[in-house]
Amino acid sequence: MIAAAGHPLVLVVDDELQIRRLMRLALDGAGYSVVEAETGGLGLAQAAARKPAVIILDVGLPDMSGIEVVRKLREWSQVPVLVVTVLAGEADKVAALDAGADDYLTKPFGTAELAARLRALLRRTHDGEETPSVKFGEIEVNFAARLVRRAGAEVKLTAKEYEFLRLLVAHRGKVITHRHILRELWGPKAEGNSHYLRVHMTHLRQKLESDPHRPRHLRTESGIGFRLVE
Amino acid sequence: MSETSRPDPDALLASLKRDEQRAQRGRLKVFFGMCPGVGKTYAMLRAAQQELRDGVDLVVGIVETHKRAETEALLTGLPLMPRKEIEHRGIRVTEMDLEAILARKPRLVLVDEFAHTNAPGSRHPKRYQDVVELLDAGLDVYTTLNVQHIESRADAVRQITGATVHETVPDSVFELADQIELIDLTPEALRERLADGKVYLGDRANTAAENFFKDTHLTALRELALRFVAERVDKRLRELRANSPLKTVWRSGERLLVAVGPSPSSTQLVRWTRRMAAAQGASWIAVSVESSRTLDVEGQRRLEQNLALARELGAEVVVTHDDDVAAALVRVALQNNATQIVVGKSRSPRWLDALRGGSLVDRLLRRSGPIDIYVVPAERTAEKTLAWLDWRPVERSPAHEYGEVAAWLAALTLGCWFIAPRFGYLAVGMLYLLAVIALSLRVGRGPVFAAGVVSALTWNFLFIPPLFTFIIAKFEDGVMFATYFIVALIAGQLTARIRAQERHERMREDRATALFHLTQALTAARTLDDAVFAALRQADTLFAAQSALLLGNDDHAGLTPHFAGSFLLSEKEMGVADWVWRNRKNAGRFTDTLPSAEGFHVPLLRDDKAVGVLVIHVPREAALTLAQRDLAESFAAQLALLVERESLRAAGEREKLLAESEKLHRALLDGVSHELKTPLAVLTGAAENLATADAATRDGLTAEIVTATRRLTRLVNNLLDQTRLESGALQPRLDWCDAHDLVNAAIDGVRDSLAGHPFESVVPDELPLFRADAALMEQVIANLLLNAALHTPAATPIFLTAGIDGARARVFFTVADQGPGFPLEMRERLFQKFQRGDAARAGGLGLGLSIIRGFVVAQGGEIVVGENPGGGAVFTVYLPHTQHGSVPSE
Repeated sequence: MIAAAGHPLVLVVDDELQIRRLMRLALDGAGYSVVEAETGGLGLAQAAARKPAVIILDVGLPDMSGIEVVRKLREWSQVPVLVVTVLAGEADKVAALDAGADDYLTKPFGTAELAARLRALLRRTHDGEETPSVKFGEIEVNFAARLVRRAGAEVKLTAKEYEFLRLLVAHRGKVITHRHILRELWGPKAEGNSHYLRVHMTHLRQKLESDPHRPRHLRTESGIGFRLVE
Repeated sequence: MSETSRPDPDALLASLKRDEQRAQRGRLKVFFGMCPGVGKTYAMLRAAQQELRDGVDLVVGIVETHKRAETEALLTGLPLMPRKEIEHRGIRVTEMDLEAILARKPRLVLVDEFAHTNAPGSRHPKRYQDVVELLDAGLDVYTTLNVQHIESRADAVRQITGATVHETVPDSVFELADQIELIDLTPEALRERLADGKVYLGDRANTAAENFFKDTHLTALRELALRFVAERVDKRLRELRANSPLKTVWRSGERLLVAVGPSPSSTQLVRWTRRMAAAQGASWIAVSVESSRTLDVEGQRRLEQNLALARELGAEVVVTHDDDVAAALVRVALQNNATQIVVGKSRSPRWLDALRGGSLVDRLLRRSGPIDIYVVPAERTAEKTLAWLDWRPVERSPAHEYGEVAAWLAALTLGCWFIAPRFGYLAVGMLYLLAVIALSLRVGRGPVFAAGVVSALTWNFLFIPPLFTFIIAKFEDGVMFATYFIVALIAGQLTARIRAQERHERMREDRATALFHLTQALTAARTLDDAVFAALRQADTLFAAQSALLLGNDDHAGLTPHFAGSFLLSEKEMGVADWVWRNRKNAGRFTDTLPSAEGFHVPLLRDDKAVGVLVIHVPREAALTLAQRDLAESFAAQLALLVERESLRAAGEREKLLAESEKLHRALLDGVSHELKTPLAVLTGAAENLATADAATRDGLTAEIVTATRRLTRLVNNLLDQTRLESGALQPRLDWCDAHDLVNAAIDGVRDSLAGHPFESVVPDELPLFRADAALMEQVIANLLLNAALHTPAATPIFLTAGIDGARARVFFTVADQGPGFPLEMRERLFQKFQRGDAARAGGLGLGLSIIRGFVVAQGGEIVVGENPGGGAVFTVYLPHTQHGSVPSE
């Protein structure tokens, strides 16, 4: 799974040669090994054969949609997937995320952004979910004790708020869709009620953020979901 | 090319026009015979059978076989159109179903008996009018006709056989025939057929038929028919010669003018002139002179019939007003370059002629100069036109006026009876004279004349000695009496004439005024609707009628009534109007086409095409005089001019619009290429220099590349968004949004651009969630901020505020700047595509605000621009707000 000399292997699935070349340049420089595939079918084959650490997947492929690729991939693999979409493709992004993709990136994007996303995706696989406690900024979440501290002082959270936070922390650095959160916290019937999330998120921010109106950690992804940024 | 060998351009044009019309219209073939029974129908059916074998799509519109076996046999195999049943006064008759044939659209239609009169209630009174419509629709027609039915030959036939012909076909219609097949039979053969019972004699009494089919008559009829066809051939030949450059002899430019009046003899006069004109190959005009004397209803009707006949026979009809008929005729003749004037022989008493300064012929001869005068003797008709009628009073009923005269004279006589002893009978005479002259101002010629006579006799009887006798004793009394008599008569006549002229003058003036007012109203009207309204109201008052105007649609599919009309058209009237529009002829009441209609329909003609129809509807009991109908046509002409002006203007506007849109496209192309090329040039330049640049330069180049890329991205996104908006592909996904989130995301997106401006955003804590498409709203706010940052001077502050209105019905976001702001007149345009503020710096496509508005509207909101109290612009976005549902408690 890890390529030679400790370089994580990245599978780039994109039909545009120039994008693949650019990715290779950027990722080589950032310490990754790169394999390329130009169609969804080839991508799936490469994923099975080379077992990459992460997959960068373009949504618009000539043979099948990226969403379809994610769905097929998820039948046998939990490898992190970063989907790349064009702007104004909110519906595509949500569909890809709901199908099992781990994060998205909007074209055109900078290489720094790409590297950051990849790091987040790869770290989760390193850290696993068993970490007993996570710290970001002045906030510390202790899963074992179900305890949240901000600047050393304990913060009282309701059960739902704690669940919400735990979910965000578990996927920290990655986007989580509204649907995903609603289903986890309230069950599948609550899927349409995104105002639940807004209300709880407001409370969480008030309790955890130093400036609740300009949150540093609990960020909103317009039209998609939320993301915990460290 | 020498002058003489060149064809007359006018004639050439006319013939070309005719050819052109012929090419579009169907061809007419007439099977022509001298009388019934020669086998016209038989010949027509044989020809049809041949056509059918040749594969021509034909139908039998109507054919009367009169149960003749050989004719009926020929009918088998030909497709028959079902006839239309019409019930008239309880009797069922069948007629040709014109509508069905027009709908069926065959190549060729067989229509028997061209001169047939249709049952009342049909579309046209005459079958030949049906045929003309078929031809106009482009259908070929075969028909049958006897020489006796030709309008100009009807007189001749009557003179030969003594039988009056009622059903006639105008010569002008007959001339539509492209082909004439003469079915000739010797009189002997015909009489044989008659004896065999092979000739249908109709309902005519046998003796009359016998008379008709006399050998001598048949010979004369045959000659008439042969000559008619020969004449026509001759005429066609002349026409052909007119086109050919070989022609060396020009026809003299003869032009005949015939004076038409209400008398039955005028009918013959018209026919005579037509024959004469045809023989000379000359054109002709029929002139009716309306004098101050009004015609009775019957006279009016006859005059119109005569004029209609003239029109049918191919004359140009001119109506003029003058009390002096001779002067009027000469004037019209000179105006129209007529070379010959045709008048009927006068039958008015000689003394009356003397009083008028000679008979009409005398007066004409005196004035006519180079114009030839033909005097045609009229046949004595049973109906004698009384010259006395010319002396009838004009307005009130004669009895009433005579009564008035009697009353005045009686009163005066009584008064004079008392004063005569004191002042003498001469003074009484003067008083009588005064009374007669005074009366002439009030009553017509007849009563004035009567007043003169009666007063003279009364004066003589009661006042001139010896009293109570008609004897005049003294010679000077005699002279006095005679003088009185003459002075009274002349004075009465003169005043009556002056009055009549005045009235006539007034009528003409009224007409001129009406047209003047119309023109004025039309010029003053700013829109077509105004003009139509003004014109129709004028028509209403002028004709004491209801009126309507129908305008043709652009696609020539139908007529639309204008809302200003006061006459609501029934379906039937709409049908009439439609006919008028398509056929470009008057129709409806007072005409020969669909006379049972309620309204008088006049087409609005412009250069061979009708742009609409004017409908005048007078009450059942009233009628439109010829002059009024003339005026209606003038009205229609004016309106047509107006409609055309309007359509030209509209066309101009469309063209302008097109040019404008073309300009816009060019501007867009220029804009897009400029906007694309600038960052591309930067990218190319920077990229090429990167390799060789030192570290410091490299940083600068990289920054340039990043800026250029952002600019490109923004441009492409804008174009894509605009496309999305216009294609209707944009479907907002409304979800609960938090104003803080939106504002933060938006600010993050444009943080770099905002860097040069002091920026403050205020979002109240208590602002509730609202439903919006978060991605779209983020873009809306970001673009507004970007706009403010780009289009205001550096270091001027920008404010962003969010809030909810008092009624909690709308949430709003405002972006205020302190830049130059927008002038009031620009604000509405601001949100249109490709609009850029006057103060906007170079570059940019002007799509930003248009996209913002598109996004806001798609989410059910609105955006307005206003003025910042401290100077600058304020954009406010409103979105509808509803309270979200409850959140389950824990």
